[in-house]
Amino acid sequence: MSLLEVDDVVVQFGGVTAVDHAAFTADAGRITGLIGPNGAGKTTCFNVISGLQRPTHGRVLFEGRSVTRLPVHRRARRGMGRTFQRLEAFGSLSVRDNVRVARDIHRGLLGVLRPSAVDVDGLLERVGIAAYAGDRADSIPTGAARLLELARCLAGDPKILLLDEPSSGLDESETDAFGELLAELAAEGRAILMVEHDMDLVMSVCDDIHVLDFGRVIASGPPAVIRADREVQRAYLGYADEPEDHDRANDDTRTDLPAVETTMSIPAVTP
Amino acid sequence: MSTILSFTILGLFTGAAYAIAASGLVLTYTTTRVFNIAHGAFGMVMAFIFWDFSQRQGMPLWLSLVLVLGVVAPGTGWFVQRFVTRGLGDAPVSVSLVVTVGLFVGLIGLAQYLWPPEPRTLPPFLPDQGMEIGGTYVTAHQMITIALSVVVAGLLYLLLNRTRIGTAMRAAVDNPMLLRLFGGRPDRVASLSWAIGISLAALAGILLTPVIGLSYYDLTLLVINAYAAAMLGKLKSLPLTFVGAMGLGILQSFAVAYLPTEGNLAGLRAVVPALFLFVVIIAMPQAQLRIGQVKGIVSAPQPSFPKSLGWGLVLVLGVAVLTAAMSDANLLLVGTAATYAMVMLSLVLLTGYGGHVSLAQFTFAGVGALAYAKLDEPNLYGLLMSALIAALVGALVALPVLRLTGLYLALATLAFGVLMDKLVFQADFAFGYNGTLHAERLSVLGRSFTSTGGYVLVMSVFFVLMAVVLLQLRRGVLGRLLIAMRDSPAACGTLGLDMRWFRVALFGLSAGMAGLAGGLFAGLRGTIGAADFQLFNSLPLLLLAVVCGVTSVTGAALGGVGLMLLPVLQSSRPELAGLVFAILGFGAVALGRDPNGIANLLFGLGHRLDRRFGDRIRTAIPVLPLPRSRADSGEDNAVPLSGLTTIPDPAHDEEVGVHVAARG
Repeated sequence: MSLLEVDDVVVQFGGVTAVDHAAFTADAGRITGLIGPNGAGKTTCFNVISGLQRPTHGRVLFEGRSVTRLPVHRRARRGMGRTFQRLEAFGSLSVRDNVRVARDIHRGLLGVLRPSAVDVDGLLERVGIAAYAGDRADSIPTGAARLLELARCLAGDPKILLLDEPSSGLDESETDAFGELLAELAAEGRAILMVEHDMDLVMSVCDDIHVLDFGRVIASGPPAVIRADREVQRAYLGYADEPEDHDRANDDTRTDLPAVETTMSIPAVTP
Repeated sequence: MSTILSFTILGLFTGAAYAIAASGLVLTYTTTRVFNIAHGAFGMVMAFIFWDFSQRQGMPLWLSLVLVLGVVAPGTGWFVQRFVTRGLGDAPVSVSLVVTVGLFVGLIGLAQYLWPPEPRTLPPFLPDQGMEIGGTYVTAHQMITIALSVVVAGLLYLLLNRTRIGTAMRAAVDNPMLLRLFGGRPDRVASLSWAIGISLAALAGILLTPVIGLSYYDLTLLVINAYAAAMLGKLKSLPLTFVGAMGLGILQSFAVAYLPTEGNLAGLRAVVPALFLFVVIIAMPQAQLRIGQVKGIVSAPQPSFPKSLGWGLVLVLGVAVLTAAMSDANLLLVGTAATYAMVMLSLVLLTGYGGHVSLAQFTFAGVGALAYAKLDEPNLYGLLMSALIAALVGALVALPVLRLTGLYLALATLAFGVLMDKLVFQADFAFGYNGTLHAERLSVLGRSFTSTGGYVLVMSVFFVLMAVVLLQLRRGVLGRLLIAMRDSPAACGTLGLDMRWFRVALFGLSAGMAGLAGGLFAGLRGTIGAADFQLFNSLPLLLLAVVCGVTSVTGAALGGVGLMLLPVLQSSRPELAGLVFAILGFGAVALGRDPNGIANLLFGLGHRLDRRFGDRIRTAIPVLPLPRSRADSGEDNAVPLSGLTTIPDPAHDEEVGVHVAARG
């Protein structure tokens, strides 16, 4: 039995079908890649899994039980952790406090009284952003902020990590280190489901890959099989060699659209 | 049978006017995502301008109408969108709401200044005409209003569905960013919708004035009816908004016809719209967590614990000096300022840290005061019980809107304020109609503080205690969580936090703080009534809190003094009374975008001075045992103290009873 099972999920926005009878799984101890062209419905799938988007049809099973009707926070408490394609770091808190908040939430109301097993600075060290610990989260580079979101997730010791484009913003050596970190995390027994555009990373670290196109799963299997799949080549890999096109306007549902990332910027009153 | 018909027609008439106002509100909200609390206030001011043109200056009716609806109102709408609300759509609700609350208060002040209170009448259109329908006489004015609402509906339909700019407007509702990408001009769309929106507010105001009179407040409050109608359409659907408006109009008319005119339920008739709003809000579906909207905010610096304790002691010592030197009448003013400051502390928690807005914080203080007077236990137990009761009431208000966010919570508090004002506070079991209650002064651990000076000192101690506890909370787990929830609710949810109950608890805690302040205030004054806690007092309170700095306790202290000084200022120059509010309101419009306010400017000044002179002072002064870091921002010292020492001179003793409520 797979840890996570997405079962025949459909999501419609008005007349647009963003996810079309998608079904795939993610297993404990393995890294699963979710790839596909922009607008294929990858982030919408993540939203359905984590509870931010209610599916029009279909179920999400976690540890064999349906979580389709559970609110976001209950799913998190069951052991789902996720990061966001558009960053959701707590901008006005320091990097360290971001992770502390996650730890406090994980400990719960009464847990505040107990000493915590979570070593906040150790987590920052582990993902490689210890140098930013004291900085405000909205002042650090995008790549570091993505790693911060990962560290924040890990503070809750999740069984599955849903990572939405975790490596964008990282340079080559950072990406390599990140790949090693992912392998370590999976070796600890966690399931990792990752939306990613960096094909080198996906092909090197993933155990299984699902390919989405127009909301449908067009292929599933280990990297070698996916690489050889003709339909995948036509739909996606055919132009994967071109530079990544981060045209966000087409990538996602419209809730993701306004390009606000860090500090609030309100034009001053001009009398 | 004919009674039902006549009340239905009356209901359709008012409903038609609400529909016109509400459609304007929906139009501006959907296209710019700025909820205009001041929508009714604009209608009020436009009705006054119409009166001025047609009655005072004697212009022909049609010309006045054309000028107001075609020139003044759209011009105002364009101006407000262009220079005041532009860019607010993406701001947190605690910023965008505060700015329109500023407009609300400013417009009332402006109207009072330009048209001082005196009886004015505006005749209905075609006053002598009308016709008989099924045994009921229907005036021409009523028919015109109903017909106009149909015309407005038709024109809006044509505009939105049959014109290019209308299509752009609907596109702007969905996604302004995409609209810009495709060559549309969101700014032009926004300006147009504000111009139309204010015109519709003006038309509704002008149509309703002959019926409800030319009053600053009644016309302004009509907006609540418009909100209620617009809520039925989820602030999106114009047809549902029209349905809501008509339904509300008829409901209200039937309430007038069939509800009892005596007893505790008599007030029910006045609160039908507020109840309607409450019910509609409760029935709204669960709000979805939104992602991609993270906003970090630069908050005021947090002082260390010894430092905050040190400044607290300085404040109490300062008040002690004042109590020795001042007359009782002036001390009452100091006590009033302390009350306001404590209520503002509750806003620091709710708005400054939590990012939620309460438009009725004084009402919670009123609940505390009422409980304190009714319990008749003038000791710590009674005071804490009063605070607890206020906290429970606060939690109850937040409970139904558990699933909703920001804007709806604020509107629920507004509806709650109206309910308490008209239904509860004036009921026999509370203060009674125009009645007052007596409250004893507090005794702490068997020691009673009967002298005004002693009592004011106790109040200042309470303020300091609350402030220190609040700062301690902010530094700890709770504070981090509050900031995290404000910055990204979606991330908090995916980390496993159930924000709904957290929000209720936060709201309860804040209401409890306000209730405590209310209980202390009751003891200070000895006699309190419903008038002390009117809903309208809460709006200047919110504005001053934001202008002075709603993210710091220093801001609360400053704001408390400022709010106490407002009525003093007004009564010293009665002819400028309205202007004071206009300045406050429009000041908040200008400053509301930075919730750190004046307090933060002072902190900045303090740090600058410290960098220049700090070392010299530190070496010159021998080390004292108390506040560890006192020298490192010696200038902050001046904040609470200088505020409190600007208590007005004894010439204004007689103003002690005057309240911030701007009464029309």
